[in-house]
Amino acid sequence: MIWNPNKECMPREQLRELQGKRLQKLVAYVYHNVPFYRHKMQEMDLMPDDIRSIDDIVKLPFTTKQDLRNNYPYGLMAAPKSEVVRVHASSGTTGNPTIVGYTRKDLAVWSEVMSRCLSAYGVTREDTFSVSYGYGLFTGGLGAHYGVENLGATVIPASTGNTEKHVRLIRDLKITGIACTPSYALYLAETVEKMGVSKDELSLRIGAFGAEPWTEHMRQEIQERLGLKGYNLYGLSEIMGPGVSCECEEQNGSHIHEDHFYPEIIDPNTLEPLPYGQQGELVFTTLTKEGMPLLRYRTKDLTSLMPGVCPCGRTSVRMTPIMGRSDDMLIIRGINVFPSQVESVILGMKEFEPRYMLVVDRINNLDTLQVQVEVRRDYFSDDISAMLNLKKALSDKLKSVLSISADVKLMEPNSIQRSQGKSQRVIDKRTFLVNKE
Amino acid sequence: MTIRQLSVFLENKTGRINEVVRTLGANGINMHAFSMAETADFGILRLIVSDVDKAVEVLRAHDFAVMSTDVVCLSCDNVPGSLAVILEYLAEEQIFIEYMYAFAQNDKAHVVIKPNDLKHCLEVLEAHHCSILTQEIL
Repeated sequence: MIWNPNKECMPREQLRELQGKRLQKLVAYVYHNVPFYRHKMQEMDLMPDDIRSIDDIVKLPFTTKQDLRNNYPYGLMAAPKSEVVRVHASSGTTGNPTIVGYTRKDLAVWSEVMSRCLSAYGVTREDTFSVSYGYGLFTGGLGAHYGVENLGATVIPASTGNTEKHVRLIRDLKITGIACTPSYALYLAETVEKMGVSKDELSLRIGAFGAEPWTEHMRQEIQERLGLKGYNLYGLSEIMGPGVSCECEEQNGSHIHEDHFYPEIIDPNTLEPLPYGQQGELVFTTLTKEGMPLLRYRTKDLTSLMPGVCPCGRTSVRMTPIMGRSDDMLIIRGINVFPSQVESVILGMKEFEPRYMLVVDRINNLDTLQVQVEVRRDYFSDDISAMLNLKKALSDKLKSVLSISADVKLMEPNSIQRSQGKSQRVIDKRTFLVNKE
Repeated sequence: MTIRQLSVFLENKTGRINEVVRTLGANGINMHAFSMAETADFGILRLIVSDVDKAVEVLRAHDFAVMSTDVVCLSCDNVPGSLAVILEYLAEEQIFIEYMYAFAQNDKAHVVIKPNDLKHCLEVLEAHHCSILTQEIL
């Protein structure tokens, strides 16, 4: 079902016109209300009047996560504090967290786009939907929650943790849909099996999975083990939270809610815009946001945009699955590998400390990947075969997520440096010789 | 009647055993016996020491993954065939030995055994009047 056909199926020319009008209004709004943007535009000798259509967006300055940190906490807020009704914060692994403020209208837009996503997955008022993202400062829980309520389905605010109780609720309340991370979905499937519950006893039919990169392989596995159809749900707190884009029943690319979030793909090195179809860094402009609107926010997510009308009828552009992050992608044996994928697997296993080091090398012309992890003290065993099984369990999971085999090395407690940033989680020993004639 | 054995997880890295031994020595903990089990990329050092609790405390303070496991320590005559007799008792009762290590001195030999069923193992040994060492005797 299409929640808002007027917007989601709008003819492209009409949509571009709407986007242009909204952009003009946005630029004037931030110019007059956010000193950061006013100074940037003045440095570029740019006035709000120079923006006449959506094509002029390329004239505007970019915004980075660092800009958000530098303006912590409220520096980029455009609306007066009295209009801000909610604040979320994204996890800051280094430095300040990033703070995002929402006006009442922002929350309404958020619920609207989230309802569009749920409708695209086939959720209706008859569904009972469990939100198993964390509730709190993270946007996942509350964002999905209000989308379900706005659509009119029954929301179960399960949040994360206490998975056995959750499985019982899924069975007893006949929960039909779930929103969670794909790695949690796999953990849930494991728990269902461990508890001896058959998937036939469950009524799950729809899964909205996001907040971390996942593969087609994981989708197949989750669908098979939980007996549902899994759809991608994309979002980031800086732009809104979950609901920026979603897959439809075609499961082929995620529709971006372009009337609110204008996407561009740029070359992360030259910052030049790239045409549809080419892979690069995804950039968003929040066309309608009041609280903390952003111009050309660099997501660091690598993807490409798919032109053309989808068989579902929506005209909005689709993004391909996130290939990873422009700041930490590794190419190993020709396969893109992201530390975040390894991280999600390790975080999903209670036996390991949430720390790791990836060592990439090239031995006999073959790339090798070693994943070093620390076994938690409570799970260290005097039994060698138990330790080897633990090692195998992790390497099997890594293989299913990464699509390449990794050599797992169990390490002593506190032998892995605590992460100070992405680069320090990877040691790449490969040297690439360039032949010069 | 069991004794507590200390197990220490070690990466295969030069000098790690030294650090365990040095740490124990510096804290006045004596080692009665030990054995090293190794795999391709990690090892488990198993030790019988004079003060298990203190050893766990000081090794953890030095970031070692440590645990204690109950094992049986028996003493038999240091003559050919004496151990075979005892192991026969255990095999008859279907007790599986996960690992063992031993040392002999003068007229006695001491054997540390990790059976799959500790309680049953002790019952069998006691029924055959085998000499079992306790933490106090050590």
